[in-house]
Amino acid sequence: MSQPSSIQRRFPWHILFFLAPGLLIYVTFSVYPLLDTLWLGLFQEDETGQRFFAGISNYKTLLLDAAWSEPFWNALWNNTKFFLIHMLVQNPIGLFLAALLSSPRLRLSNTYRTLIFMPTMLSVVIIGFVWQLLLSPIWGISEGFLYSIGLGQYFDAWLGKESSALITLALISVWQFVGIPMMLIYAAMLSIPDDLIDASVVDGSSAWQTFWHVKLPLILPTIGMVSILTFVANFNAFELIYAVKGALAGPNFSTDIMGTLFYRTFFGFQLQSGSITMGAAVATLMFLIILVGVMLYLFVVQRRMKRFQL
Amino acid sequence: MSMPINGIATRLGSLSLGLILATSSVGAWSGQKLVIESWRNDDSKIWNDVIIPAFNQQHPDIELVFSPTPPSDYNSALQAKLQGGTAGDLITCRPFDVSLSLYAKGNLEALNSLPGMENFSDFARSAWVTDDGKDTFCLPMASVIHGFIYNKELFEELELEVPKTESEFFKVLDTIKNESRYVPLVMGTSDQWESATMGFQNIGPNYWKGEAGRKALLDGSEKLTDPQYVQVWQQMAKWGPYMGRGYEAQKYADSQNLFTLGRGVIYPAGSWDIPTFNDQADFEFAAFPPPVPDGQDTCYISDHTDIAMGINAASPNKEAARTFLSWMASKDFAELYSNELPGFFSLSNHQIDIKDKVAQQFLSWRQDCEQTIRNSYQILSRGTPSMENELWNVSTQVLNGTLSAEDAAQQVEAGLQQWYKPHQ
Repeated sequence: MSQPSSIQRRFPWHILFFLAPGLLIYVTFSVYPLLDTLWLGLFQEDETGQRFFAGISNYKTLLLDAAWSEPFWNALWNNTKFFLIHMLVQNPIGLFLAALLSSPRLRLSNTYRTLIFMPTMLSVVIIGFVWQLLLSPIWGISEGFLYSIGLGQYFDAWLGKESSALITLALISVWQFVGIPMMLIYAAMLSIPDDLIDASVVDGSSAWQTFWHVKLPLILPTIGMVSILTFVANFNAFELIYAVKGALAGPNFSTDIMGTLFYRTFFGFQLQSGSITMGAAVATLMFLIILVGVMLYLFVVQRRMKRFQL
Repeated sequence: MSMPINGIATRLGSLSLGLILATSSVGAWSGQKLVIESWRNDDSKIWNDVIIPAFNQQHPDIELVFSPTPPSDYNSALQAKLQGGTAGDLITCRPFDVSLSLYAKGNLEALNSLPGMENFSDFARSAWVTDDGKDTFCLPMASVIHGFIYNKELFEELELEVPKTESEFFKVLDTIKNESRYVPLVMGTSDQWESATMGFQNIGPNYWKGEAGRKALLDGSEKLTDPQYVQVWQQMAKWGPYMGRGYEAQKYADSQNLFTLGRGVIYPAGSWDIPTFNDQADFEFAAFPPPVPDGQDTCYISDHTDIAMGINAASPNKEAARTFLSWMASKDFAELYSNELPGFFSLSNHQIDIKDKVAQQFLSWRQDCEQTIRNSYQILSRGTPSMENELWNVSTQVLNGTLSAEDAAQQVEAGLQQWYKPHQ
């Protein structure tokens, strides 16, 4: 009674102490650059490199001036296509492979798992180079391969055609990264207790019914997470396009995505001189697009998702 | 008792001597080491084995390090390095605006008083002077000339004559296409720059009359929608059928390989291709200038001032850097460079002998034809959209057959109209 709660009221220094290292690194290398980018987007530069505050004029130019807005909307639309192809091809295939891998009757499943995951660990430059060679109409083997299975007349210079270049690049990217959804979904499937599966089998459900009514609802949160990872990765994508098509992302900007647009704006390209401040504005818009996407997912999709205690 | 003091004194003495030695040797080492930034990674061997040793014979006290970046990354990497303060002492200069903006930002030293600069004409320096012509900020090194390189043995095999006019050119292409399995015209559009550089800027000067046309485009008295420009794209639109299968996905390296493997006959070239072909082709090749339109007597070639060298304004070793640049202005260097890298022609006024036969051919056109530089390089690529980017884009589409010559002209002109006063 005589000593009031001095012990209880002491400031919890130890919490701060343990948080500090992580927080410091996060703030220095993530929060500060991000805020600085947002800030930098509000400036402009004259030819001597002198910076002055310009308000939202960079964004006005970017969204309203046709010389900037057309490439911007084009890149955004291409990026959306790039993302949709990943969602429609990469993630279903990842799910399918995970389902196959988790089947107890599959032999050599570890070998398959490693092989399928392998491209993910390779450098994008190597992936770009290898696929360009495979698909090359001059040296490539894909034409001969298609002829040998009777589809030779469908071969084309896919990477060079305006209509097919983006789809081809997206599929190359799918091939490279399909291992990630596969691994995540596979891990989720392994954590499903056997008794649930057993119970459904005892109740007389087929393999398909077990998958559809028991496994899928249980891995839905993981699929949601995979989707959001795909979204963020795709809207930050750059390397593959740059490695294969260069920063001008031809033909006719048909493979131009936000990353390549940002690169050209920030660093400049050939005779086009780069603008750090305009680049920061593009980067900010990329950040906002990703932010909106993630928020939509969090507030609209994830809240409605049912979770089951296993 | 004096011993320990003595000992301490000796120790102190030797320590300070050591310190002096250490600092002075560090000083000597860092004061004389020059790092060269360049995009010419193909030339590393020649710089390291020939040029730098030749310089060191006269100036053994200056250490030079040639440190190239791949061409497509050079501009951005250099910009980042200059901002971060880690760029080398000597900066290889791109022509016109890229270097001009570096100078305007104070990254490059003015070189007006550099001994040796008097060996370069106004034309040679034109790509590295301020708009008012007052300050020169890079020492011109070389120009490159456009034309067509052809496989001499295949020409003999198919009994072809070197084409002089446009119609002869297409006759030759027809013959190759109909009578052999070789690729008539070796070029790809995947990397896009070849379309503009080896296509548009290669054959174009014949149509827009070289410098006269380039200047007229600059002052706005000619438009890209004028017939002399549309004709260039119309010519290129006819190239498609003669280019190899799947040329839309053919990259620059693919084209070089196709030609040096003897699978193609005519290669729209820049003179810088000569060293690569000398290395890789085991047949004889030669060059011809861009064929003139039928009935035209004067020929025009693109003799493009392409490469120069300047001094990083933040360099601690400017004196040594100036010494090196003055040496680069000498006849020795001009001869060395032009012969070690046949196809890069020194821009100095020195009379030099070029030994490479194909390079000689390219150089001989300077006597026969009128010279000009690429029309998109001065001023016209400054705004948004950049005319050079536009040319890459539309020329590629014209070659791919997805855009008409008229629409190509319309698009580039519309781009210029958005920001360039004389065209508004």
